[in-house]
Amino acid sequence: MILETLDVDAATLETRTGWAIKPEGACKGDRCVPLPAHDGDGIDVRVLAERLGMPLIQDAASGLWCLGPEAGGRALTGAEAPDLTLPDVDGHPFHLRSLRGKKVLLVAWASW
Amino acid sequence: MWQGLRAELYPLGLEIVTVALDLDSEAARPWIVAAHPEHPSLIDRAHVVDELFGIVNVPSGVWINEEGVIVRPPETAYPRRPPFLDRPIPEHATAEQIVRITAVKALRIDAETYVAALRDWVRSGAASRFALSPDEVLRRSQPRPIAEATAAAHFELAQHLHRLGRTEAAVAHFRTAHRLQPANWTYKRQAWSLVDPAQGPNAVYEGDWLSDVQKIGAENYYPPLEMER
Repeated sequence: MILETLDVDAATLETRTGWAIKPEGACKGDRCVPLPAHDGDGIDVRVLAERLGMPLIQDAASGLWCLGPEAGGRALTGAEAPDLTLPDVDGHPFHLRSLRGKKVLLVAWASW
Repeated sequence: MWQGLRAELYPLGLEIVTVALDLDSEAARPWIVAAHPEHPSLIDRAHVVDELFGIVNVPSGVWINEEGVIVRPPETAYPRRPPFLDRPIPEHATAEQIVRITAVKALRIDAETYVAALRDWVRSGAASRFALSPDEVLRRSQPRPIAEATAAAHFELAQHLHRLGRTEAAVAHFRTAHRLQPANWTYKRQAWSLVDPAQGPNAVYEGDWLSDVQKIGAENYYPPLEMER
């Protein structure tokens, strides 16, 4: 997740990483990790990175930060398919969730 | 590429969704337009799908059941035997072309097994021996130690910087991603293609497609399918 500052709002965090901020801490599925009390919507990314095992890197020249995925397990943290919305070639958004009730073969390819 | 199989299996309850992992959102358009797909054909210019599902090479397929549960994690997915496996070496090919074509022909691609398993799952659902339990799906998912997680962050930052026109800074982060996760072909091929569409030797990156494939052996470029016939 690209960041210009070391604060992230809860909605962006959940959309991008699946971690939801709740009274009991940062939660994903049935796992919750306690977080220190904080004021307002902004969450200190350094604390999140440390508590959730996510790498936090910076590009010194641009000042941009990037919070990587949590480390220490597997790329898939659960068998439920991630909630995914991507555009088609004309820019129209498509929600993977809209195919519930059908079997889906998701194929990743590339032009390169 | 997938339209024929989609026409066969859609009436039986399968939808195919293709996702082009392309930093350049227009790069995939000619292929999509030419294929006239009836299935959703999406563009992932930030490589979100790679990170979420743990995809390290293309083409990769993921099976998701009617409840939205993954029953097979990413694995090599071709809808049929690709013609390049049987391509004869042209009579007047250069030595360099012969080496490349030979490497391509040696790639291990078992489309027949993959498609047979897919048909079985579509017809039998959870009773198919190819539908895996959630525990097995996670066991087969890509490991993500700290090096791989950090590589993902560098790859994402590299893409973002590239889009901003900060090419030199982007290259530095692409290189770090390659160093941290050398077996991630998606990271390497995306970056190489920005320098040379043929992904040949260049002055920017240490590796190139043919050299890196030769290092591991072409037969190891795609891992074997874990699908008993």
